[in-house]
Amino acid sequence: MADAIVSLRNVTKTFPGGVKAVDNVSFDIAQNEFFALLGPSGCGKTTLLRMISGLETPTSGQIIIGGEDMALTPPNKRPTNMVFQSYAVFPHMTVADNVAYGLKVTGVPADETKRRVAEALEMVKLTHLAQRKPDQMSGGQRQRVALARALVKRPKVLLLDEPLSALDAKLRDEMRLELTRLQENVGITFIIVTHDQDEALSMASRIAVMDKGAVQQIATPSELYEQPTSRFIADFIGKVNLINARVVSSSASKVVCDAKGLGRIELPHEGPAQGDIAIAVRPEKLKISEAQPKGASAIATEGKVRDVAYFGDTSHVVVRCKDDLELAVNVQNDKRAGGAGVERGQQVWIHWAPEDTLVLTE
Amino acid sequence: MAQTLKPGSGPLDYGNRTWLKILFAAIFFALYAPIFTLIAFSFNTDKRGVVWRGFTFDNYVKAWNNADLQEAMLNSLTIAFISTIIATILGSMVALVLWRFRFPFKAGYEGVMSLPIVIPEICMGVSLLLFFTNAGMMAWSVSFVWPFNLINIIIAHVAFCFPFVAIVVRSRLVGFNRQLEEASKDLGASEWQTFWNVIVPFMMPGLIAGALLAFTLSLDDFVITYFTSGPETVTFPVKVYSLVRRGVSPEINAASTALIVITVVATVLAMKLQAPDKSGKG
Amino acid sequence: MDSWKVNPRVFWTLFTPGTFWLVLFFLIPLGWLFHDSFSDKISITETQFTGTLANYIRAFDAVYLTIIWKSVWISAVATALCLLTAYPIAFGICFAPAKWKPLLLLLVILPFWINLLIRTYALIAVFRTQGYLNLVLGWVGLGPYEMLYNDGAVIVGLVYVYMPFMVLPLYATIERLDRSFLEASLDLGGSQVQTFFKVTLPLTMPGIVTGIILVFIPCLGSFLTPAMLGGANAIMIGNVIEDQFKAANDWPFGSALSFLLMYVTFGALALRAFLASRSKGVDV
Repeated sequence: MADAIVSLRNVTKTFPGGVKAVDNVSFDIAQNEFFALLGPSGCGKTTLLRMISGLETPTSGQIIIGGEDMALTPPNKRPTNMVFQSYAVFPHMTVADNVAYGLKVTGVPADETKRRVAEALEMVKLTHLAQRKPDQMSGGQRQRVALARALVKRPKVLLLDEPLSALDAKLRDEMRLELTRLQENVGITFIIVTHDQDEALSMASRIAVMDKGAVQQIATPSELYEQPTSRFIADFIGKVNLINARVVSSSASKVVCDAKGLGRIELPHEGPAQGDIAIAVRPEKLKISEAQPKGASAIATEGKVRDVAYFGDTSHVVVRCKDDLELAVNVQNDKRAGGAGVERGQQVWIHWAPEDTLVLTE
Repeated sequence: MAQTLKPGSGPLDYGNRTWLKILFAAIFFALYAPIFTLIAFSFNTDKRGVVWRGFTFDNYVKAWNNADLQEAMLNSLTIAFISTIIATILGSMVALVLWRFRFPFKAGYEGVMSLPIVIPEICMGVSLLLFFTNAGMMAWSVSFVWPFNLINIIIAHVAFCFPFVAIVVRSRLVGFNRQLEEASKDLGASEWQTFWNVIVPFMMPGLIAGALLAFTLSLDDFVITYFTSGPETVTFPVKVYSLVRRGVSPEINAASTALIVITVVATVLAMKLQAPDKSGKG
Repeated sequence: MDSWKVNPRVFWTLFTPGTFWLVLFFLIPLGWLFHDSFSDKISITETQFTGTLANYIRAFDAVYLTIIWKSVWISAVATALCLLTAYPIAFGICFAPAKWKPLLLLLVILPFWINLLIRTYALIAVFRTQGYLNLVLGWVGLGPYEMLYNDGAVIVGLVYVYMPFMVLPLYATIERLDRSFLEASLDLGGSQVQTFFKVTLPLTMPGIVTGIILVFIPCLGSFLTPAMLGGANAIMIGNVIEDQFKAANDWPFGSALSFLLMYVTFGALALRAFLASRSKGVDV
């Protein structure tokens, strides 16, 4: 990437005791991106973030920030700043002193420090609390201090380690919007670590999904959702029906396979496919009807409703089909009466368009 | 300090810093070298004890056959043994009271209870000397036969040991799950049966640790014993003090080594027993 | 926790023995000592309470004031040296691999359990004129030096004896310190040295204060170490007190000196309580 601000080249981190936290990771993050590292706990995302900040050193590989190799650069010399998961707001300093800390220790003149601290506090709306001690503040306020303290340094990259995890649900939604807005205003690259896919999907411009120390896929939120490249991603992001299948034949743009419960079907697919594969389809793409659908193009199967769970705007219906295949269907409750329109035990047909189906070879 | 990073070692991995390792080695050397030389030279054949001349057990034999040292050691062990029993009982009762009950001026009571631990030993020593003398116990105890003539020292040792026992036992009790007690009563046990069958077994590691602590404290005490002992009731540390004032000898090394071994074994045992234990926390 | 009224029989059974012992063999003797510090000596063996302040005033005679002052500065220097050696030790243990921590802690605490007298005796064997240190120095053609029986020897002895008292409270505070504070400081551009002085040190202040008090009080009241290592010219208050109760036989004056030590102790404890209440926010 030409305008990469952060480049990772074959970064590996092995902890004493042989645990490989990060395994040969390479990717670029562009200027002004809101980039998310998403994955289950223990996938290495926090370790990767800490290596970018310099708080952890890679066992091998290169980390390049703003065109410079950071191998030997300690954290205090890097153009990155971090918002810690616990916020790490210094308890023995006032809010203003906390924000000023990073400027004072690097010898920024006093009058400039004062001006920049005031600006930063203004930005996070904490001007009125400047002289408070952190123990007199709420979690949300402390997080704003941590944000101001990092942004006042004008880093090239702002690193956020699970910034919303310690907040309650309502505050989290507010802060999510505020972080997105802040990123647009300051024009700094944000890298956020999160285990919450909603957080990543709603805030980030690009997401790297990690599992077991390796990056599984890097894509925009909608690509991740609609075009996952592996079973893991399809399953990890949102809900999905994964159906095992076996390839019968494939051509440049099509695959013919025998799928469990569905029989022989033809799906659009580019690229090679052979042997055992999985086909994936999101529950909201499935349709329920009482009668067999007309038209040969749709994929269709018959089954019995096993469960109906009512969620207000939608209902989640589970249908058991041939070969013990269970399919989850999201039904929009778009009429006031009737809910999902089906009952447990009812015999129904399920159908969907082949182009809504994904062929996963990994 | 490092202005660059070492590959594979983070900025907070101080445990890997060479300067810290060297400092550790130096301080531990300073801490242990005198003690190890003392132990090593207790096996030295040389009388003046500076140069290593050869290995021998003679010093131990001589120390063992020294009637004064023998008597002092016997006194010390007797005092430590009796004081430990009394201090453990008193200390556990105090611990139980502080753990179980709310009562007026409790914080003040706890503060006074910890005073024997914090005030300078010499103040406690001279105050007991003054007390025993004025109460006539100093002169009175001399007329007793052994071991009753040790009574003053034992009283003094109990007074400074039992607050320590109370702290150790109480910190054990804090981990007790009161529901175990309620379960025992629910199953039909009386207050007294519950105490013996549920609370005492749970307290036991704390009791033993507290007792070993009291034992070492009593065995090691010099200052308070120095002021409360009479000419007939010399303890081991007091005896060693009078010998040391006359000079260094391998015999003292041998006797000291014996005492070091006793206290170190007791301490390591106590620490093992104090190690966190999950049982009974529910 | 129950109110004592719930079960007064059990309460009194448990409460009485320890309290009895504490009152009779600790508080009454101390009270007696306090009482005697306001008494006059009327013969070799008798004293009479007169409410006099003469004993306290006498403590401020030039002779004794010098000794008090010397005790204070010897204790202060010893405490400072303890802090300087104990801080890196405590810090190092906290940042050592988890499996090493218990062993390292044990190594620090173990000497504390070895008899004070024996440890001091071991030091004499190292530092005396025919001692091991002079022997080693002799191999490189130096010495022998007279290293014992001066203030320096007393300070070394006190540091040697009381260092573990400093390590433990420091270890407890540093261990509790959230490492992300240090990481945040480094991340914000602070060097290791700045991080130490602006973040680590202020946040571990409660442990430092406790450690200083735990070392300073026994140093100030020490009597064995100066008696064995200090010789005639390095006596401290403890030795004067001993002298009053043994050789000089002036118990009222000895009592007054003891109570001066007690006042310092109470002052230090009050100071610690005050600092603890003020720095509550730091421990969050």
